[in-house]
Amino acid sequence: MQRRVLIKSAVLAALTAMISPATSYAANDVLKIGFVGVTSGPAAAWGISNQRSMETRAAWINETGGYKIGDTTYDIEIVAFDDQKDPKRAIAGMEKMAQEEIHYVVGPNVDDGAAAVRPVAEQNGIMYFPYAFPKSLYQAPASNAVLGMVANYQSGPAIYKHLMKNNGVSKIAFVAANESDPLSQRDSGAAAAKELGLEVVSDSVTYQVDTTDFTPVILPVLKAKPDLLVLSGVSPANAPQLIRSARELGYTGLISTETAQDAKVLQEGAGELANGFISVGGASTPELASDMMREFVDRYTKMFGEYNDESNTKVYALEYILETLKANPEGLTDVEAFKTTMDTFEAPNIYMVGDAKLSYVGTTSFGQKRQVAVPLVVNVFNNGEFETMFVATVD
Amino acid sequence: MEQILANGLYLGAQYALIALGLTLIFSLMNVLNFAHGQMYVFGGFVTYTVVAQLGLPFIVGLFASAVVLAVIGALIERFLFRPVIRKSHREESTMLLAAGIAFFLDAVILLIFGEKQRGVPKIMDGVLNWDFRIIMPYDRILIGVLAIGMIIIFILFMQYSKTGRAMRALAQDRVAAQLMGVEVDRYSMIGFALGAMLAGLVGGLLVTITGINLGMGGPTSIKAFLMIMIGGAGVISGAIAGGFILGMMESIGLTLLAAYGGITYLVIFATLMVFLAIRPQGLMGKPWG
Repeated sequence: MQRRVLIKSAVLAALTAMISPATSYAANDVLKIGFVGVTSGPAAAWGISNQRSMETRAAWINETGGYKIGDTTYDIEIVAFDDQKDPKRAIAGMEKMAQEEIHYVVGPNVDDGAAAVRPVAEQNGIMYFPYAFPKSLYQAPASNAVLGMVANYQSGPAIYKHLMKNNGVSKIAFVAANESDPLSQRDSGAAAAKELGLEVVSDSVTYQVDTTDFTPVILPVLKAKPDLLVLSGVSPANAPQLIRSARELGYTGLISTETAQDAKVLQEGAGELANGFISVGGASTPELASDMMREFVDRYTKMFGEYNDESNTKVYALEYILETLKANPEGLTDVEAFKTTMDTFEAPNIYMVGDAKLSYVGTTSFGQKRQVAVPLVVNVFNNGEFETMFVATVD
Repeated sequence: MEQILANGLYLGAQYALIALGLTLIFSLMNVLNFAHGQMYVFGGFVTYTVVAQLGLPFIVGLFASAVVLAVIGALIERFLFRPVIRKSHREESTMLLAAGIAFFLDAVILLIFGEKQRGVPKIMDGVLNWDFRIIMPYDRILIGVLAIGMIIIFILFMQYSKTGRAMRALAQDRVAAQLMGVEVDRYSMIGFALGAMLAGLVGGLLVTITGINLGMGGPTSIKAFLMIMIGGAGVISGAIAGGFILGMMESIGLTLLAAYGGITYLVIFATLMVFLAIRPQGLMGKPWG
C-alpha cells in the first residue's frame, strides 16, 4: 500500500515538473533564440558563460512579463547545443536550429566552428553571432555573421599603443597555445605590433593546452627580455599558470592578453603574482557598470551559484538580437529585414553608465556593419579585482 | 642544461605517478581505464574543495582526495567492471565501459564543481635560484619530492606487503594465483581502488601548482597511455620509466625546439611511432602480454 502511494506521488511530482514550465510560458508567445557553442571539454568555460548569460537574461525578461516586439509580447526561450568545439558538431547544432525554425543564434565560440556553420546559416536564413575572429566571416559576400565581441586585431593594437605611450614598451614577445585560434591571434598580434614599430623579440613559442608545467615553455621567451609578454588567445585555465611561471622565473615586465578573463580564477591560480595583468573585459567594473549590469550579475549568481567575469563581454549578443527585432519586427521571420535595420540601428546600452549606445560597427575592419559595438574595456588585475585601465571604441 | 634536467625530473615524477595507477589497473584486470584522467581531475577538485572552500590544511585535502578516489575506484570495480568482466569476455566491453565512465565523471565534475579553472594558494613561497643555472619555485620542488616519495612508498608496498604480493601474483598469472588461494575479486577491487587513489593523489598534489579544470581529464589519460606504451603496459617499472622519459622529452623538446613552434609533441609522437614499430611491447613489457 505504502509503495503504491509512493509510486503515485512520484508520478504526480514528475508530471507537475513537466507541466509547470509549459504553464509559465502559456501567457506569452515564445521566441526561440539559439546557442551553438562549446560547453564541455577544455574550453567549456567559454561556452558555458555564453549560455548562462543568455539564460539569465531570458529568465529575467520572462519573470518581468516578457519582451515586446511589435504588438506581441514574447517569452524568451534559449535553445542550446554543445558543439564540443568540434566543427562537425557545430554544423549539426546549426542544422538543429534550422529544424526548429530559429533565425537568431549566438555562437560558435571558435574560428573553425564559426567557419563551418556558415553555409548552413546562409542556406537557412540564420543570423549568427560568433565569438570568432576570421575576417572572411564578416566581409562581403558573407553577411549572416555578426562578430559578438571585440576582435584581437582591434584590441591588441589599442593595448600596445597605450603601453608604448604610458609604460615605454618597446620590445614585445608572444606565446600561444598550439591551436588554431590562439595561433591566428598571435600572428595578427605580432603583425600589428610590428606595424606600430615594436620590436617582436619572440613569437615562435607555443604550448599544449594540457601543459602541467609552464616553466620550460616560458623560459625561452623570457630569455629574449621583452617589456611586454602577450599571452595570445589564452584560455582562463592557462592564464594563471603562465603568469605564475613567468613571475616565478623573475620576469618583472608587463603581461597582457586580448581575451576575457575571470578575476577569481586569476586570484586562485596566481594570487598576487597576477597583479598588473592586463586583459580585455566588459562593462562590469565598478566605474562602468550600470544598475542593470549589477542586477544581471546578481541574477546570474543566484541562478548558477557563481558569476563568471567572462560574461561581461557575453551579456550583449542576446540584447542586440532582441533590440534589433524590436526596432524592426519584420526581422522575426525575415533576416534580410534584420540586416537592413542593422545599418541604422541604435539603442541605449543598459549595461553601462552614461549615454553609451548599442549599435552595429565594423565598417573599418570588414567593410560592412557586422560587429556589435561593445565597449573595448581594458582591465588591469589588482588584488583579486579588475580595475578599468582605459576604455576605447571600435568603429 | 641543469634547468632542462630539473624540469624533466619534476615533470617525470608527476607523470610517473599518474601512469602508475593506470598500469596497475591494466596489469590486474586487463582493463584500459579511459577514465583515469577524470579520476585525476576529481582528486584535484576534492583537494580544492577541502583547502580553498573549507579552509582546511593542504595535507587534509590530499588525504581526502586519496580516500574519496579510493572509494570511487572500489565502487566502480565492484558494481561496474566486475559484472561486465564476468558476463563478457570481449575486451571492447570493458573499454566501452571505461569510456562511458569517463563521460559520466566529466558530467558529474561539471555539475558539482562547475566549469571554471580552480586552484589553491601556494603551499610554499620562494624560488630556488642556483646562480641562474636552475630556477625552481620551492613549492614545485616539494611537490616533485612528494611525488617521488609516493612512488617509493608504492613500490615498497607492492614489493613487501601481503596485499602487494597478492596483486603482483594476480598480475603475473590470474589462474595460478587463484589456485594458490588469492581472492581475485577482493584484490581486483583493492587494485582498482589503489589505482584510482593514485590518480586522485596526483590531482591533489598538482592543484597547488597547475590548478584543475574540467577539461584536463581527457588529455591526462592520453599522456598516461603514452607513458605506459613507452614503458610497457602492465609493468610498474615501465610506467615509472615511461613517465620520466616523457617528462625529459618534453623538457628537452620545449627548450631546444622552442624556435620551431609547436614541434615538440610532433617529434615525441613521431619518435613513439617509430619506437613502437620496433618494440611494440614497450621498454619493459613482454611481447606475450
